[in-house]
Amino acid sequence: MKQLSIGIVGAAASVLAATVSFAQQPPVKIGLILPYSGQFADTATQMDNAIKLYVKQHGDSAGGRKIEIIRKDSGGIAPDVAKRLAQELVVRDKVDVLTGLVLTPNALAIADVSAEAKKFTVIMNAATSIITTKSPYMARVSVTTPMLNESLGSWAAKAGGTKRVFSMVSDFGPGIDAEEGFMRAYKEAGGQIVGSVRFPVANPDFAAFVQRAKDSNPDGIFAWVPGGVQPAAIGKALNERGIDPKKMKVMGQDALASDEALASQGDLALGIITVANYDHNLANKLNRAFVAAYSADYKRNPDFFSIGGWDGMHLIYEVLKKTGGKTDGEAMIGAAKGMKWDSPRGPMSIDPETRDVIEDVYIRRVEKVAGKLVNVEFDTIRSVKDPVKARMK
Amino acid sequence: MASESESGAAFSPRNFLASRTRWHALEIVFWLSTLLPFVLVPDYLQLASQIAIAALFAISLDLILGFAGIVSIGHAAYFGLGAYTAGIVSKYGVSEPVLLLVLAAIVSGTLGYVSSFIISRFRHLALIMITLGICLMLYEVANLTSWLTGGADGLQGIKIGPLLGTFKFDLYGKTAYAYALVVLFLCFLVCRRLIHSPFGLSLRGIRENPVRMPAIGAPSDAHIRKIYTIAAVIAGMAGAVLAQTTSTVSLEVLGFQRSADVLVMLILGGAGKLYGGILGSIVYMVARDQFSGINPQYWYFWIGLMMVLVVMYLPNGLLGGLEKLTRRWRGKS
Repeated sequence: MKQLSIGIVGAAASVLAATVSFAQQPPVKIGLILPYSGQFADTATQMDNAIKLYVKQHGDSAGGRKIEIIRKDSGGIAPDVAKRLAQELVVRDKVDVLTGLVLTPNALAIADVSAEAKKFTVIMNAATSIITTKSPYMARVSVTTPMLNESLGSWAAKAGGTKRVFSMVSDFGPGIDAEEGFMRAYKEAGGQIVGSVRFPVANPDFAAFVQRAKDSNPDGIFAWVPGGVQPAAIGKALNERGIDPKKMKVMGQDALASDEALASQGDLALGIITVANYDHNLANKLNRAFVAAYSADYKRNPDFFSIGGWDGMHLIYEVLKKTGGKTDGEAMIGAAKGMKWDSPRGPMSIDPETRDVIEDVYIRRVEKVAGKLVNVEFDTIRSVKDPVKARMK
Repeated sequence: MASESESGAAFSPRNFLASRTRWHALEIVFWLSTLLPFVLVPDYLQLASQIAIAALFAISLDLILGFAGIVSIGHAAYFGLGAYTAGIVSKYGVSEPVLLLVLAAIVSGTLGYVSSFIISRFRHLALIMITLGICLMLYEVANLTSWLTGGADGLQGIKIGPLLGTFKFDLYGKTAYAYALVVLFLCFLVCRRLIHSPFGLSLRGIRENPVRMPAIGAPSDAHIRKIYTIAAVIAGMAGAVLAQTTSTVSLEVLGFQRSADVLVMLILGGAGKLYGGILGSIVYMVARDQFSGINPQYWYFWIGLMMVLVVMYLPNGLLGGLEKLTRRWRGKS
């Protein structure tokens, strides 16, 4: 044992000597906390793919320092685990940056660690508004739920030309947030909510709810369901009750018309209007290059989780360049505030006041292009800020 | 049982129970060694604290499953209720951890007592449905009352003060581990005393034959109600300690996964042995931490393999296997 430890010390000393002689700084360690296992595993994969792609394209050093990523699995929604992992990353692995964070409860839990240890933290997905208020060292590169739904709400009343909307959402956190955001903005913009329902999250039968919507004679329907099989199910229920998205405006957040939903719904989905901050069909040069490189490496299209991972890495790299490799929390968040860049999703920046993302939000319609169902953006709302934080002031 | 013949001619119930309560040298070594993480792995203390919490939860399940034969796959109901109680009350100015712990114990114990009247009427498969049902109902209540619990986003604004007014919960998890360990040890002492009492013996009788026990004058139903309430109290305390040491509570404390995990830990370690739950949670949590560190994506494969192997070759859990080994070793020497 003693000999072994002498050996280790010797090896460590020689490594140290080697690094010192090259006059190089130690690597910047990034703790990446994602739900690699469990029901959200696929989102972690999409995000991690983009992170790997970013490192592949931009090299593994920034600001004169090597980048080292330490990956940790938080499982699904498990704030206690996420918090412990963040603590361990800080005290044991001595990371300089915390990032990842797909799920809101997990992101909220590690905010304490970020604040106490003064670590620069980049939220790559979690979309509840309040998260970034919990630590002064936190920045977000994804989107917030109100940014999307309030944008859609005011768009629906103004440019969308609807007067009477019926709202139907899943009865749990994100669904209720979406409903509140949409209704608030829709009413503020002069629209009328003619009725609303919340249906159970698990396996609801949409027929009765759709009938209620139809009975209240709206000229638009706002729908929010979790991704997976439900968007297709609600699409079919609408069709069975004679509601055609081509005639009546059926509106929702991006998951309502995700690639999987379109594939299982087929032509019934034509005309569905959704709001999103990213889609792989966005027609700009950066995005085309990003999608091409991504699908070449991973045989699938990137989604909004991927773009969160991509821009999160971009922010970390750019901040390191700006601080010249300095990694203390103050310096890094200082450099992040107000940072602007062009992303595959369009122009974006970090709000210097709230450290939250500012970006364009797209209104898209499901159309058939070259025989394939795709989301085509036809309206853009520029430089959207998180409306909840604007009201907090 | 084997020890009955060991005590020989002077056998009496009193002697039998007294012989059971005597502290074995190995037990003392074990409890002393729980202090080692402070010195040996000071940057794993947060994990150690969560192991201690899992162990406490497993002991609570052991009381009903291992000793009284009450099958439960919804034990997280009491764990989660304790966690939410500690978290919610802390928002309203009560921040002393020990006081919150007591409150959580009372609230969980109350629910345990109320539901024990249903539990004591059923056995086996029916119990699986009932325990699961209670847990699911509580989960949905917590989901629905998001004004109180924070719903799917998790409880916000938890304020846990320093322990006993002096020890702050730190990033390294020193306070967290010390606190969780003390709670675990004290609860363990109570449980140990309990199962080596006449009451504990009659519980084992109920486990073996619930119909015969009333026939010899032991009220099965009352005993089941008692032990179920005690188990609920301990599970609630485990939940409260988790809420306090992590300052987080989310719906997942009431989730099916948590009920299933604790069952796995208990079976892994060996049910009906008190130490089985502790050993199981140490092995399970450490394995989880290490496997997921090596491969964050596919580590569940190894956990699954470990579970299958243990159940195939060590039907009484790791502790059962160890006992068998020592017995064989003693037999030879």
